[in-house]
Amino acid sequence: MKAKVLLSLILLCGSLAAPVARAGDAAAPAAPAACELPSYLLTSESQLPKVADAIKAGKPLEILVIGSRSTTIPSSEGSSYPARMEAILKEKLPASEVVHVSVEIQSKKTAEETASIFVKLMEAKTPTLVIWQTGTVDAIRSIDPDEFRSAVTDGVVALQKAGADVVLMNLQYSPRTETMISAPPYLDNMRVVAQEHDIPLFDRFAIMRQWNEQGQFDLFSPSRGPELAKQVHDCLGRALAQFVIDAAHLEPAQQQN
Amino acid sequence: MVRPLCEFGSGPVHSSRRRDLRKGFWPPMTIADQVTGSTIAGTAKPVDSASVDSKPAGARPRARAPAITLPAIGERELRLDLFRGLALWLIFIDHLPPSLLTWFTIRNYGFSDATEIFIFISGYTAAFVYGRAMLESGVVIATARILRRVWQIYVAHVFLFTIFLAEISYVATSFENPLYTEEMGIMDFLKQPDVTIVQALLLRFRPVNMDVLPLYIVLMLALPLILWSMKWRPDVTLGLSVVLYAVTWEYDLYLSAYPNGFWAFNPFAWQLLFVFGAWCALGGARRMSRILASPVTMWIAIAYLVAAFYVTLTWYVPQLSQFMPKRIEQWMYPIDKTDLDVLRFTHFLALAALTVRFLPRDWPGLKSRWLRPLILCGQHSLEIFCLGVFLAFAGHFILAEVSGGAAMHALISLSGVLIMWGVAWVISWYKRVADKSGAKTKNAVGNADLAGGG
Repeated sequence: MKAKVLLSLILLCGSLAAPVARAGDAAAPAAPAACELPSYLLTSESQLPKVADAIKAGKPLEILVIGSRSTTIPSSEGSSYPARMEAILKEKLPASEVVHVSVEIQSKKTAEETASIFVKLMEAKTPTLVIWQTGTVDAIRSIDPDEFRSAVTDGVVALQKAGADVVLMNLQYSPRTETMISAPPYLDNMRVVAQEHDIPLFDRFAIMRQWNEQGQFDLFSPSRGPELAKQVHDCLGRALAQFVIDAAHLEPAQQQN
Repeated sequence: MVRPLCEFGSGPVHSSRRRDLRKGFWPPMTIADQVTGSTIAGTAKPVDSASVDSKPAGARPRARAPAITLPAIGERELRLDLFRGLALWLIFIDHLPPSLLTWFTIRNYGFSDATEIFIFISGYTAAFVYGRAMLESGVVIATARILRRVWQIYVAHVFLFTIFLAEISYVATSFENPLYTEEMGIMDFLKQPDVTIVQALLLRFRPVNMDVLPLYIVLMLALPLILWSMKWRPDVTLGLSVVLYAVTWEYDLYLSAYPNGFWAFNPFAWQLLFVFGAWCALGGARRMSRILASPVTMWIAIAYLVAAFYVTLTWYVPQLSQFMPKRIEQWMYPIDKTDLDVLRFTHFLALAALTVRFLPRDWPGLKSRWLRPLILCGQHSLEIFCLGVFLAFAGHFILAEVSGGAAMHALISLSGVLIMWGVAWVISWYKRVADKSGAKTKNAVGNADLAGGG
């Protein structure tokens, strides 16, 4: 009896909140229908002040993506999400704005191992914005979530000290390996770190799950060709560009469309 | 596509997570959670059952021993079976991808979940069965029987690991979507079978969802010592258990895992629940019956459950969290599952107290045909637990290889539950047949395994 009441309460809350979440379903204007996402997945309460300043001042926008193997598509680099993001940003920002995206792949490295090279890396390149995508390797190796959290914290602090804005990006949604890789502790901890340091978190996991659930992409597909990967990365690149523009609070006037 | 059903609830969950992630580890969504289903209202019924039939065990010496009569059919504590069976069903549902059914699990309504129920009932039944054996046949015999049980659980664990290996190897070779080359790194351990398989046999390498049985093995290994000590002084034993729990928190004791990290369920902490179950079975519950019957206890329990429910609600409806005092949040989070947070333990106690109060041992519904499947599953918990883990693997596999979709999802959940029921029925049929052809007298002893089961 009690359970019933509780259940209906929960469901009621669910149905009340659902419309709110859906309310602002506006995706990037020219994006393919497949990329559509509810707006709450594309916005953040945290900001990117340095990106905003750079664009206001007309300085070049240097973006560094620090990632792992899922940052790229084997044998088609040009279609990976960093490249797609660069293209979309160039489209959306004023023509005078120089946008340059570089990628640093740390294949099979945990967050801790990756963070250990940040100081050197930031001396070599001086990006305005670092997008740090991490968590998968840690989840695969079931690194202690607390250790993972402190490694991410250290990494974020190092990047910020070097003078960059930071965006964290979490794991891919991978339904096939869901029974084998436990993602939730790593997703939760990344969210905690993002919140503690007031930096935007690009929720790649929720976004891809949304696409899978809505049927835009079949992420269960065993297809061996690169087509699906290319489409997903295209949408991720678009979403990421939109996310950066939103978090930097770039006025419509500063966007071309 | 696999989880259209859960769309319903997913809105609020996402938005809530975004904001409230500070609390990060809500009742941790880790492996652990998946492992444990949960029963809705039901937690530990068992507590007072003790009051009736377990007097004799540890505390009361032989004079009273006959009072623990052999479990003739109507005498079994059906509430234990019922709730253990329910926990098993919900564990299965929790192992599948989330769907509408997931909302029936208890962890959405408070701090504790089915793990607590499972471990408590296991401690209770194990102490009940083997405690009696210790009184009747002596320490050596009881220990020998416990060790045989441990061996069975160990074999079951290795069997599940083999199935996991089969699944992961299949996926590794058949799934080459370039989108997921990185995730396929999970297969890397297959490259070092010499290390990983040995580590798995040592219980240090445990893939996702396989954490409960190793915990259970360790607890059962300690059972002879626990019972022996309980026979001497139950209260002192419980006290020692509390001390170990406190020491674990203070000095951070743990068992390490492979390739890194530690056991998802820390046996040094979870033993408290197990020992508490044993203590209740051996007369503790009876001595607590005054406290349990008091209205003060009832209201405290209700107040605590309501508060816990409210806290849980803030995880899903973030708007509510502004009413949560920051100080309390800071004190409360994280609610640690690995080390059995005190909040979880007390939540379980509150549920147990209410259940015992409102669901009497002789409730006629326990005999009803409708609850029969649950009870049957609860009576063969080790087999059904393993079956549930296997069915979850298989269900996942079908969703992945054949098709997703709400209908398929519902079909898989339903057939899983039916299979569990069917197998439980077959097992009990085997036992009945075996009883008939074997010595009837041995039956009572044989049943011990069944009751002391997983």
